[in-house]
Amino acid sequence: MLAALLVVVVLLRGPITRALSAPALQTWMTVFVSIMTQAIPFLVFGVALSAIIAVFVPASFFARALPKHPALAVPVAGAAGVVLPGCECASVPVAGALIRRGVVPGAAFAFLLASPAINPIVLVSTAVAFPGEPKMVVARAVTSLIVACLMGWLWQAFGKGDWLRMPSRSHLDGLAKWPAFWASVRHDVLHAGGFLVVGAAAAAVVAVVVPKSWLQLLSTNPVVAILALSLLAFILSICSEADAFVAASLTQFSLTARLAFLVVGPMIDLKLFAMQAGILGRGFALRFAPATFVMAVTVSAIVGTVIW
Amino acid sequence: MNRQAQAVILLLLGGAVLRASVTDQYLNYVKPGLRGFLIAAAVLLLLTGAAALWQGMRTGSPAPDGHDHDHDHEHGHADDEDGHGHHSPRVAWLLLLPALGLLLVAPPALGSYAAGRTGTALTAPSDFAPLPAGDPVRIGLLDYASRAIFDQGRSLGDRRVQLTGFVMPGPDGTTILTRMIVSCCAADARPIKVALGGDLPPGIAGDPNEEQWFEVVGVYDARTVKDPVNAESIPYLRVVEAKAVATPAEQYES
Repeated sequence: MLAALLVVVVLLRGPITRALSAPALQTWMTVFVSIMTQAIPFLVFGVALSAIIAVFVPASFFARALPKHPALAVPVAGAAGVVLPGCECASVPVAGALIRRGVVPGAAFAFLLASPAINPIVLVSTAVAFPGEPKMVVARAVTSLIVACLMGWLWQAFGKGDWLRMPSRSHLDGLAKWPAFWASVRHDVLHAGGFLVVGAAAAAVVAVVVPKSWLQLLSTNPVVAILALSLLAFILSICSEADAFVAASLTQFSLTARLAFLVVGPMIDLKLFAMQAGILGRGFALRFAPATFVMAVTVSAIVGTVIW
Repeated sequence: MNRQAQAVILLLLGGAVLRASVTDQYLNYVKPGLRGFLIAAAVLLLLTGAAALWQGMRTGSPAPDGHDHDHDHEHGHADDEDGHGHHSPRVAWLLLLPALGLLLVAPPALGSYAAGRTGTALTAPSDFAPLPAGDPVRIGLLDYASRAIFDQGRSLGDRRVQLTGFVMPGPDGTTILTRMIVSCCAADARPIKVALGGDLPPGIAGDPNEEQWFEVVGVYDARTVKDPVNAESIPYLRVVEAKAVATPAEQYES
């Protein structure tokens, strides 16, 4: 079936290319392929790291590295996000691997939310993008860490384990280490990658269809501005290393609204939602994603109002 | 999806990424700095695909109907219970889209269509270093536009500058020289626009369907025009010389 599909695509290459040459479709295709090209290295390295965690790192390591008490493990795991300088595509499979290795889910989620937002590369690019506004870097790091910890504790308090539906790893049992490593990488790339395609395609549609001139209308009311940029961060699904430059160019918006853009984007967006649904379960994503969004917007608004 | 199909998808995706990153194709989508990571990721994908084929050959062929047993017990319980019927491995077929997109369609870099729909993206820098030496001095569009708008052209003086970008029709019948800047990938691309004044060669007006790249030499011009998309100012450049050039390999300004 795959072979037949490929033959058809190759034979129809001419007509397909012509059909895709309308400017809007072509722009969609470029944005879609770009998001995938940008994400693939981070996805592949994240998946390899989670395979290493799953196969080579003993579960006892995490038991020793994290505080025994779950409430303490949450902030420690959140702060540990500083050391994974990847984009958010890497953090979803790694969080899944951590939970499977016995890390309490609340701590794994704090790590999932914090690591794309507060790692050194992201903070440096934020400083470069906002040269006249050094407080933006601090505000971004502090707000992201607060939101990550609150979400971790929220899960410890109210989360239910059966919302999580992670594909079981029984097929890895009984395999030697290296075959298990490759099987884990293969499974996760196909799984998370497939969902990444869904998110990237949707984000590209929004980027092409929604005219940027709408933003102009939304920037005048301070409350609407915060909500508008938070929603924009959710649908655009820009990498956390680049979003500061986009935020800096949205000059018609208040600094608080742009802070919300920077806090929401790395924590939850279309492609992350699709990947969370695939790797951690749909019941999980449908509850966790809206809660993250509301929490990120609220804390950003409070921090922004206090600072500026 | 059986293991062979999984291996083929991984090999196709790895091959597509590898081809894009050893040629200049990847520059249409991401920053030059990502090349090493792309190649490493492509190699890892190819190895994963090869490992799947090799393991398949050693452990015997999978079930012929495309639903081998390891799929079923992998995902069976998740699918029975929440009943929304997405068979997780099936979503992996979608990875054919980026693979074939890269291999067969190879979409071009973003051009005037995207630039026309997005407002010029200037941010005020904290200070303006003196222009580098050279006459004309080669600078980026972002550099020129920031100096023209936020420094009122003071650090430009009457120096001749050389800018490279593609030409498109702008607001109020203007001709706009544009370059997209990208910080990570083309999803975050924003245009920098400079309106061209002075003596323009005939035919520079700009075809909205096909970008023609130009190398223009000119001096600072105090006029500005409003970008209708975001109401930001677009600075002018008084052109003294313009010549058509081939589209550069790296179309985004770094």
